[in-house]
Amino acid sequence: MTSPPSYRIFPISDSALTIDFGNIINTTINQHILSLFRLLSKEPLPGMIEATPAYSSCTVYYDLFQLRKLVPANKTVQEWMAEQLVQKLNVPLQETNLSAGLIKIPVCYEKEFAPDIKEVTKGKNISPDEVIQIHISRTYYVYMIGFLPGFTYMGEVDEKIETPRKLHPRQKVEAGSVGIAGKQTGIYPLSSPGGWQIIGRTPLKMFDATKKEPTLLKAGDTVQFYPISKNEFENF
Amino acid sequence: MSLKIFKAGVLDTIQDMGRYGYQHLGINPGGAMDKFSAQVANILVGNSIHEAVIELHFPASIFIFQEPSLIALSGADFLASINGELIPFLHPVLVNKGAILQFHRVQKGTRAYLSVYGGFKIPEWFGSYSTNLKAAAGGFYGRALKKDDEISFNTFDHLTALLNEKEFYILPWKADDNWGDITVEEILVWPGNEWGRLTEESNENVVMTSFVITGQSDRMGYRLNNIPLHAITNEEVISAAVSFGTIQLLPDGRLIILMADHQTTGGYPRIAHVIAAHHSKLAQMKPGNKIYFKLTSHETAEELFIKQQQHLLQLQNACTFKLENFFKT
Repeated sequence: MTSPPSYRIFPISDSALTIDFGNIINTTINQHILSLFRLLSKEPLPGMIEATPAYSSCTVYYDLFQLRKLVPANKTVQEWMAEQLVQKLNVPLQETNLSAGLIKIPVCYEKEFAPDIKEVTKGKNISPDEVIQIHISRTYYVYMIGFLPGFTYMGEVDEKIETPRKLHPRQKVEAGSVGIAGKQTGIYPLSSPGGWQIIGRTPLKMFDATKKEPTLLKAGDTVQFYPISKNEFENF
Repeated sequence: MSLKIFKAGVLDTIQDMGRYGYQHLGINPGGAMDKFSAQVANILVGNSIHEAVIELHFPASIFIFQEPSLIALSGADFLASINGELIPFLHPVLVNKGAILQFHRVQKGTRAYLSVYGGFKIPEWFGSYSTNLKAAAGGFYGRALKKDDEISFNTFDHLTALLNEKEFYILPWKADDNWGDITVEEILVWPGNEWGRLTEESNENVVMTSFVITGQSDRMGYRLNNIPLHAITNEEVISAAVSFGTIQLLPDGRLIILMADHQTTGGYPRIAHVIAAHHSKLAQMKPGNKIYFKLTSHETAEELFIKQQQHLLQLQNACTFKLENFFKT
């Protein structure tokens, strides 16, 4: 049980409020967000449609039209909903065991799947092989899923391989591509335009629309990458 | 028992009111760009507002009805015809087996909606019929409609009887899709969380200057051409939720308004948000259109949305009543 860190509530639409715990990337805060997300999913607020966790914020979507009938006329639905959220946040959150699963992800780091590995080495006095060694040497925490169906934002990479996003995003990044953006690492589940520095590709299907649980990873998971050859990739 | 695509349009997809509950997996709500008009189309044929409709862009598909149906068109007016004879939009129209529905030119708007009585019979994906083009899922095989596709719907004997062998019959009432918004080019917004990141001059420019919707505009978002706006800080915004109507500041000082197929999260400053009641109006605009932003309060934003929804409820009551009487005769 922990008491809530400080937060702000602000709207991002006429039917959504964001609870923001600061513009930071931090596992403790993220675990707090995930606890809040689980609580809201289990005990939704009246008129709530869904909740979505991000790095350091959680957003609650609600049905404005239905709630208008319920909320006293002297208040906007937004004011009323913010009050409900504050009440929810006044109760200490039950932290759940978030480090339960370690998921191992095979990645082929060979040249044709790693168009940006050279860019990652730039000015750092390391070789592409060292980039791979550094990338696989630690586990990564999945902070959130966003942007695309099943796109995972993980962190944090060793500062030796930290690289800013590409200045000019690619028109097409292949599905399974593993990339770096600043301190973050992530996997493109679908082919899409994108600006992350691509250093490898996994043969795993990160997003499968035919499954009941379509994403391989969830926020709160821990991931470790391991290298495979091109041959293993093709026969995976 | 189906609607066949004789010739494909540029981008015609199955849509509904959106897919909720899965944004935590990165699956965005999507749905019709103009949800108000999509509801009007369903209401006109007596459907639940949650039935699937086809969202049409111009040039739109040419359709053949392989069974009789009761249909309606709403949103944009693409000058529709059945078997070569013009039919009005915003009216319920009975169409017989073999009827050919086509569209001739853009009279007004950008997105039209086609509903059929009883709805289309397609499987739901995560609780919605909407097409998610990115995930290639939902709607009709997760993609835009193409030639020779056949989308199933149920036909009903009483429709055949009412048609009495006519090729089509226009029911004599029209839906009023004007819910009382008189501000044509004016888009009401309220300041977003990062509004204060703009310089004072840029804040003024948001409301004092015009914005042109550029050609880089689609179901994901509208990129605007404007006097470049300036931020007082380049501090990164950690990825967080965005929404339909969120206006983000791009690194080049231009703005983008996120639309139905927006990504679930974003990392650009959210300088303002378009009120929900104006999403429909925005969805009917096209590249080249000029818009003006005007700041409003949350109170007004909510009031206008409720007013819009109440208009739909009244329309639904009126249409249900008329349709029931028509079926009795």
